[in-house]
Amino acid sequence: MVQRYDAVIVGAGGAGLMAALQLAGHANVAVLSKLYPTRSHTGTAQGGIGAALGNEGEDHWEWHMFDTIKGGDYLVDQDAAEILCREAVETVYDLEHWGLPFSRTPEGKIAQRPFGGHTKEYGKSPVRRACYAADRTGHMILQTCYQQCIKNQVHFYDEYHVLDLLVSDGRCAGVVAICLATGEIHTFHAKAVIFAAGGCGRMFRVTSNAHSLTGDGMAVVLRNGVPIEDMEFFQFHPTGIYKMGILLSEAARGEGAILRNKDGERFMERYAPSLLDLAPRDLTSRAMYREIREGRGIGGKNYLHLDMTHLGAEVLDKKLPDITEFVRTYLGIDPRTEPVPIQPTAHYAMGGIPTDLDGRVIMDERNTPMPGLYAAGEVACVSVHGANRLGTNSLVDILVFGRRSGRHAARFVQESDWAPLPPNPDEWASGQINRLRNSIGQERAVDIRDVLQDEMMEKASVFRDAASLTAMSEKLKELRQRFANVKVEDKGTRYNTELLEAVELENLLDLAEVLVEGALVRQESRGAHFREDFPTRDDANWLKHTLAYRGEKGVTFRYKPVTITKFQPQERKY
Amino acid sequence: MQVTLKIQRYNPEKDKAPWWGEYKIEAEPTDRLLDALNYVKWHLDGTLTYRRSCAHGICGSDAMQINGANRLACKVLLRNLGQVITVEPLRGYKVIKDLLVDMDAFLARYRSMKPFLITHSPQPEKERLQSPEDRERFDDTTKCILCGCCTSGCPSFWANGEYVGPAAIVNAHRFLFDSRDEGTVERIELLNTVDGVWRCRTIFNCVEACPREINVTRAIGEVKKAILMQKV
Ligand SMILES: Cc1cc2nc3c(=O)[nH]c(=O)nc-3n(C[C@H](O)[C@H](O)[C@H](O)COP(=O)(O)OP(=O)(O)OC[C@H]3O[C@@H](n4cnc5c(N)ncnc54)[C@H](O)[C@@H]3O)c2cc1C
Ligand code: FES
Repeated sequence: MVQRYDAVIVGAGGAGLMAALQLAGHANVAVLSKLYPTRSHTGTAQGGIGAALGNEGEDHWEWHMFDTIKGGDYLVDQDAAEILCREAVETVYDLEHWGLPFSRTPEGKIAQRPFGGHTKEYGKSPVRRACYAADRTGHMILQTCYQQCIKNQVHFYDEYHVLDLLVSDGRCAGVVAICLATGEIHTFHAKAVIFAAGGCGRMFRVTSNAHSLTGDGMAVVLRNGVPIEDMEFFQFHPTGIYKMGILLSEAARGEGAILRNKDGERFMERYAPSLLDLAPRDLTSRAMYREIREGRGIGGKNYLHLDMTHLGAEVLDKKLPDITEFVRTYLGIDPRTEPVPIQPTAHYAMGGIPTDLDGRVIMDERNTPMPGLYAAGEVACVSVHGANRLGTNSLVDILVFGRRSGRHAARFVQESDWAPLPPNPDEWASGQINRLRNSIGQERAVDIRDVLQDEMMEKASVFRDAASLTAMSEKLKELRQRFANVKVEDKGTRYNTELLEAVELENLLDLAEVLVEGALVRQESRGAHFREDFPTRDDANWLKHTLAYRGEKGVTFRYKPVTITKFQPQERKY
Repeated sequence: MQVTLKIQRYNPEKDKAPWWGEYKIEAEPTDRLLDALNYVKWHLDGTLTYRRSCAHGICGSDAMQINGANRLACKVLLRNLGQVITVEPLRGYKVIKDLLVDMDAFLARYRSMKPFLITHSPQPEKERLQSPEDRERFDDTTKCILCGCCTSGCPSFWANGEYVGPAAIVNAHRFLFDSRDEGTVERIELLNTVDGVWRCRTIFNCVEACPREINVTRAIGEVKKAILMQKV
C-alpha cells in the first residue's frame, strides 16, 4: 500500500508536533506515531522549560547561552546554542498564546524558577529561568501542541510503527511503517521526512525513559547510511527511584533535599564543597557511583538515600506534590519521615542524528545534507547539549528545532518534487517482519534484553575504561548472534506487540554498539563520558564531534569540528 | 510472594469467545501490576497484549479493570491487590485483543469538544496576563491524561454510548474556565445537548476511577451551572 504526502513526520512528541504545525496549511503533511500522540514521553517532563524572559529577576539570552555551553563541557556548537537561547523566548510566548497554562507570578506573568546550572552574569549566582506549569510542564506542552494540531486539522496516523527509511539516489524518498491495528505494511512516499522519534534510554536497566524509548529513529536512519553523532555522551540523572528509575526531579534538591550514604554522611561535601547536592548531573552521578563502589551504599547495596525528612510537610505537599506521590505510590514510604532509596538513572541521549541549524540531516563532517531528510528533538544532535545537557534545555530544543525543521521542510516541499521510490520499497521492512514472525529460533527477547541492560549499566554507564568497554563490545557481538535466533510466539497480525518489541530490541543493539565503540575510541573524559583510564578533558585531541557510521565492517568514525563563536573553552568549575 | 493473575484473554483472530488465562508468578510485593503483566508476556506467553509506555502513571496507556476497579496497571502495586488478581479490559469499549480496547470513539469525542484555546482579540507581544487565582480555577482539569478510566466507569455511558462522557467534559471545562478563552458561547452550545453534560446523573464513579485524582463530578457540575447561568 503506497500513500503519498509532501511531508511525513515520524513521532508525535513535542518536536514532531511543533514541526507539524509549521507544515499544516502549507503542505500535505502526515504525522506517524507508534503511540497515540498524547502518550509520548514529552508528557513526563516535570521541571520546566528554560527561557530568559526575565520575569523574576534580570536575565539575558547570552547568559543562558553561556550556561548551556559550559554545562555541555564546551562540546556545544555555539551557533546552535545561540539560536536555542534566543528563540526560546518567542517559543515560550507562542506556547502561552496557544493556551499553555503556565503557573503565574502575582502580577500574572509566566512564573520562573531556578534550576541546576542556570546562572546570571556568566556563572555568578542562580537565576530564575525555568518557566513551569506546576510540576507538569511536559504534560502541558504535549497537550497544548496536540490541541493546536487538532485545531489546524493535522492528519495523524496513530499507532503506526516506522520500520525503514527510503533513500533513492542520495535523496530521501519516504518511510515504511507497519499499522499496529492491522499488521499491514504501508509505504509513505514523501518529499520530506522529519524524524522526531525521541530517545533510547531503554538500553540501560535503570532508566527514567518509557518502555517505548528504544531509539527507533536513530537506528532506522543509521541502517540507511546516515551517521550518528556523539552517541557516547549519555546523561545519568542522579535521582531515580531505586530499581525502577522513575525520576525525582532536581527540584527536590533545589528545595534542600540531601544525598546521604549508609553512614548518613552528606557525601557531596567531599566531591563538590561549594555546590554540594546541586552540583551538575554528570558530577553528582559520578560521586554517587564512587560511594557505592567503595561500599558506602545503603546496606552495602547499590543505592543511596535522598533525605527529604527535614523539609516539612508544607514544602513536600505544596512544592513537590508529584514527587511525594511517586514516593508514596511506588515505595510505599512517607518522604516526610523516611529517606528515599535512589540511584542514578539513565535519562537522556545528548547524541543523535546530526543536523544543521534548520534540522537538515547531514551526512559528513562537511555538513553535506541528505535532501529531504530532517531530524529534531531528542532523536537529533544539533548539537546544543554537547557532552552534558542542562535541565530544562531539552524542552527548548525540541520546540525550537522542531519548529525550524518544520519551517525549512515547508519551503523545501514547495520547491522540490518527489524522489522516485526505490523498486519494492517495502522489501526490507516486510522482510524484517516476516523473518521475525516466522523465526524458529529458541531465544527469548527478554533474556537478550536483560543481558544488554544489565551489562550496559555495569560496563558503559557512568564510569568506563578500555577493559569494560572492550568486554561490552564482545558481549554485544554475542547478543547479536543470539538475536538471530530470537523467537516470536505471537504469529498474529493485529497488535503484534511481541514482534515489535523484538524490532525495538534490534534497534537498541545497534545503538548500544555505536555508543560503546564511540566511547572506546574517545580517550578523554568530558561531560557525561568519563574514562577512568583517561580522567581529564583533552581539548587538543578531542574537542570534536564523533560521527559514527555502521556498515559491513562494524562501526567506523569520522570527526567534525566544534563551532566556537563567543566563548572559548575553559576549565569547567562550579 | 506468589500471586495468581486471572487475565481475560480474547484474540478475535483465533478465539470464538473470551476466556480466562491463569498465571502463577513469583513477584515482589512492590512490583507494579504492569511489571507482573510484563513478566507473563516476556516469560510465559508472548501473545498477551496490552498498551503501556511511561510505567509511572503519566501517559495514560494502560487503563484496565483490576479486581473490578478501573486503574492504571503501572500505578498499582501487587501488595495492595491480594493473592489472586483479576485483570479485564476496560468496560464500554470494543475489545481488540486481550486488555487492549478500541479507544478511537473515546478520543474522537475528546477532539470534538474543541479542546484548544479560542481567542478573537489580538495577541500581545509577550504573554497574556492571568492572575494566580484565575489560573487556579481550572488547574484540576489540566491534569487529564486521557486514559479513559472515568468514561469507562460511568453508568450513564454504559446506558447510552452516544454520551460524550466525563473525560470530554473535563477537557471542555479546562478551556471554559480559562480566563484567556473567548469561546464560551460555542463551547456551551457543544455541551448543552442531550448527549452532552445532561446525561450525567452525578453518580461519582468517575471521581473514584480517576488515577489523577481529578474531581470530575465537580467539574461537570460547574459546567452545568455555567450553561444554566449562560456565563462562567
Ligand atoms: C522523566 C523525565 C523528565 C524530564 N524532564 C525534563 C524537564 O523538566 N525539562 C526538559 O527540558 N527536559 C526534560 N526531560 C527530557 C525531555 O522531556 C525529552 O528529551 C523530550 O520531551 C523529548 O521529546 P521528543 O519530541 O524528542 O520525543 P518524545 O516526546 O519521546 O516523542 C517521541 C515520539 O516518537 C514516536 N516514535 C518513536 N519511535 C517510533 C517509530 N518507530 N515509529 C513511529 N513513531 C515512533 C513516539 O510515538 C513519540 O510520539 C525529561 C525526560 C524524562 C524522561
Ligand atoms: S504506562 Fe503510562 S500511564 Fe501506565
